[in-house]
Amino acid sequence: MMQWLKDLMASAPVLPPPPLAGVGWGVGGGAETASRGAMKAAPSPQPSPASGRGSQSRRAEPGETLAKQLALVIDLNVCVGCHACVTSCKQWNTSGSAGPLADERPYAANPTGTFFNRVQTYEAGAFPATETVHLPKSCLHCEDPPCVPVCPTGASYKRKEDGIVLVDYDKCIGCKYCAWACPYGARELDEERQVMTKCTLCVDRIYDELLPKEDRKPACVKACPTGARLFGDVKDPDSEVSKAIRERGGYQLMPEWETSPANQYLPRRITQSTDAQGQ
Amino acid sequence: MHPAFSILFFTTLAGAAQGLVFTLALAALFGLEMAPGFLTLALGVAEVLLVAGLAASFMHLGRKTRAWRAVLMWRTSWMSREVIVLPAFIALVALWWLSLRFGVGAPWSWLLPVLVLLGAVALWYCTAMIYACLRFIEEWAHPLTIVNFTLIGLSSGLVLACAMAAVAGEARFVQVFGPCALVATLAAWAARGQALRRNAGIRHKSTLQSATGIRTEKLVQKSMGMSAGSFNTREFFHGASLAALKNIKLGFLLLAFALPALLLAWGLASAAVLPWLLAVLVQAPGLLAERWFFFAQAKHPQNLYYQVVS
Repeated sequence: MMQWLKDLMASAPVLPPPPLAGVGWGVGGGAETASRGAMKAAPSPQPSPASGRGSQSRRAEPGETLAKQLALVIDLNVCVGCHACVTSCKQWNTSGSAGPLADERPYAANPTGTFFNRVQTYEAGAFPATETVHLPKSCLHCEDPPCVPVCPTGASYKRKEDGIVLVDYDKCIGCKYCAWACPYGARELDEERQVMTKCTLCVDRIYDELLPKEDRKPACVKACPTGARLFGDVKDPDSEVSKAIRERGGYQLMPEWETSPANQYLPRRITQSTDAQGQ
Repeated sequence: MHPAFSILFFTTLAGAAQGLVFTLALAALFGLEMAPGFLTLALGVAEVLLVAGLAASFMHLGRKTRAWRAVLMWRTSWMSREVIVLPAFIALVALWWLSLRFGVGAPWSWLLPVLVLLGAVALWYCTAMIYACLRFIEEWAHPLTIVNFTLIGLSSGLVLACAMAAVAGEARFVQVFGPCALVATLAAWAARGQALRRNAGIRHKSTLQSATGIRTEKLVQKSMGMSAGSFNTREFFHGASLAALKNIKLGFLLLAFALPALLLAWGLASAAVLPWLLAVLVQAPGLLAERWFFFAQAKHPQNLYYQVVS
């Protein structure tokens, strides 16, 4: 009931919020100690989109270097453009804490709706030496996300504990300014709920201890039939994703804007066919 | 970008109101002789324009009842700062109007005009910075955006103020601010023209190659991943033809700047009321067209990812 008053107080830098041990309602810096304790105690941190108050996760300050950054690494060498990641993403997220995701006119000639992940197709090179490259694109969870500081309400934020960029749907006013501030077009306004939505890296799945360990991965990663999508901490040099980036020449999209996207892509490389090697 | 009419109306209405209040504050500070009824009436008009602009800005929000939350992030967000400054400006104008109605003396008689002046400038700056701070929308990320929002607001406000003064028979007001209106309109024309020249010469930093990381010289999109569009195709494309774009550019240069400037010169030379009224009527659609073009001309880098349906 008094949430608006608490939010107002939490946003004021001169007024430190009263120390409410273990309650942790705030989103500002003052509630840090409370929520840090809560983070450790809670077996599976609730995703902030569901809680609506973002009470369990702390916000990264602009320009802050985080110790952990979860991300996807996408292997363009093996992506076959089947869209399984697109549909599994939609299925998981429309049924979970990020949903429901709009689906307008699904069976008509011009269906449209909210998706967190899209697979696009490009043709590279001049005929006859052309290659078809499929490029899955979702939120890149930038280390310096330009969409976060522009948000007037604080609904858009980057989590301090794992670098995931999220939207608090209960605070979003649907002004679309964050989408303007994203050079990648990674955010989509949900036309039915009129709030901004985006990839959550399946934050309501990857920490869920009720799921078997091998299932605690984003839905898109689990669905990919060719294993083109890797998931892990890019700040950990020994993680699968860091190794792949190092060994396979991982790169970022639109490096010219210095957003440091956490998601990276492994480039297409020409491999000899086993047939040719045999001869 | 897709020009949203809520924002077009908000920025043009508020801009004109700011220019009007700016003019009236200068007139009051310099002790220009005005009938007391004229000043309060003109302030009333400014207040109506501002409230209409505020209402239009609400229409832009998907969740209007949560609009109050937009004041929270004033430390990082220009939109948040604008959301604070706009109602503060409206309140200041209302206070000034009240102080005039009840004949409050010094220091309010000079303090309130000074505060409104500062408020108008602050609001222009905040509104323009919302666009100018987005570094990868290269058509907007330039100080000319701030100059243009301010000069166009000043021009439209001065024209409106002079037209009202001409109708009310405030000859001295028209004599003093008429030339200012002409100068502001010509300056706005020059600055907007400069922005158009700059934007025409932009070589965008992002290419399809940098957007995808595929380094072949020839690279074409074959599918954007959906067949019937999405938020990305609705929000970031204006959908108008090149010819329409060109016509609207010509139209706003003519209606917002060239014709009003001619009419103002006529008004100054003849001391008639008609040219001032015509200038307001001609400039109003020109201002909307100018703002429409401001959005339509901005090429968002995300559009690189949404070129082909198949």
